[in-house]
Amino acid sequence: MKRWIPLIVFAVIAGFFYVGLSLNPREVPSPFIGKAAPEFTLPVVGQPDKTFSPADAKGKVWLLNIWAPWCVSCRQEHGVLMQLADMGVPIYGINWKDKDRDAEDLLANMGNPYVMTGDDLDGRVGINYGVTGTPETFLIDKQGVIRFKHIGPITPDAWKKKIEPLFKELNT
Amino acid sequence: MKALIGMLFGLCLALPGWAGEAQPVGEDPVIEQRMNKLAEELRCLVCQNETLAGSHAELAEDLRREIREQMKLGKNDKEVIQYLTDRYGDFVLYRPPFRSYTLVLWLGPLVFLIIGGVSWYFVMRRRRALRVTEQVSREDLDKAKALLEADSR
Repeated sequence: MKRWIPLIVFAVIAGFFYVGLSLNPREVPSPFIGKAAPEFTLPVVGQPDKTFSPADAKGKVWLLNIWAPWCVSCRQEHGVLMQLADMGVPIYGINWKDKDRDAEDLLANMGNPYVMTGDDLDGRVGINYGVTGTPETFLIDKQGVIRFKHIGPITPDAWKKKIEPLFKELNT
Repeated sequence: MKALIGMLFGLCLALPGWAGEAQPVGEDPVIEQRMNKLAEELRCLVCQNETLAGSHAELAEDLRREIREQMKLGKNDKEVIQYLTDRYGDFVLYRPPFRSYTLVLWLGPLVFLIIGGVSWYFVMRRRRALRVTEQVSREDLDKAKALLEADSR
């Protein structure tokens, strides 16, 4: 029995390493899951007379995508978002800390998957949502409650496995 | 020539004199001090091993600004911390709070120390038991001595 002890100790430590090293420290759990989406009123990119608030999307199951023109990962995600928009997924954007004012041109050139994009120049709305970087996407239900947060670009895999099932469920 | 070089050198040394004094971002030194003290207990969420006080990340500057504003609104330290944990969760605290899901983190080292101490105790006991405690007879001792001396010749 005694001879198994080193092996058991090794196995336990290896187990901790296996789990621990596979975790991503960037994926900080959001305290907003299950809570109402924080209020905001932002000017709309490209339509300065209009404003955008979460109330505008009430009654829909929608994605709130926090992005920025200077964010490289957001470009990667852009193609996926265009596809989702074509499929009929309501996507609203928040243009986060766009100091160079590139958002309007970018959307005109690359295509606009957003119903509307709010202009969060000083980043305060982002802070109210617990944003630490871009892109981050919230899945919000018909009552305006945040149900899921995806950190990083939405890949086709992430959509299929994590977001789509919940999206469909909330839509029934 | 030497004089010229000397003068140029002197000018270069004087250049930093043009630098303005670092702009204090906060106007109120009391709040600034409070904010810095609090920020040392908070984590920068971009450079996750740095404190909010020490990090140069843009998000860290934004959050320090938020803290200053909350303090100007009259919030005390506890309320400011609540403001941040409401948005970022417990991870924004640099010192992990003692909760059910951090039990392993806090108690783990102590548990390992105890396991180590107990194992050490049992190993020591066994070693002591292995030591010869029998009394060796005078005869056997002499025989052994003779044998050993025979060998060394």
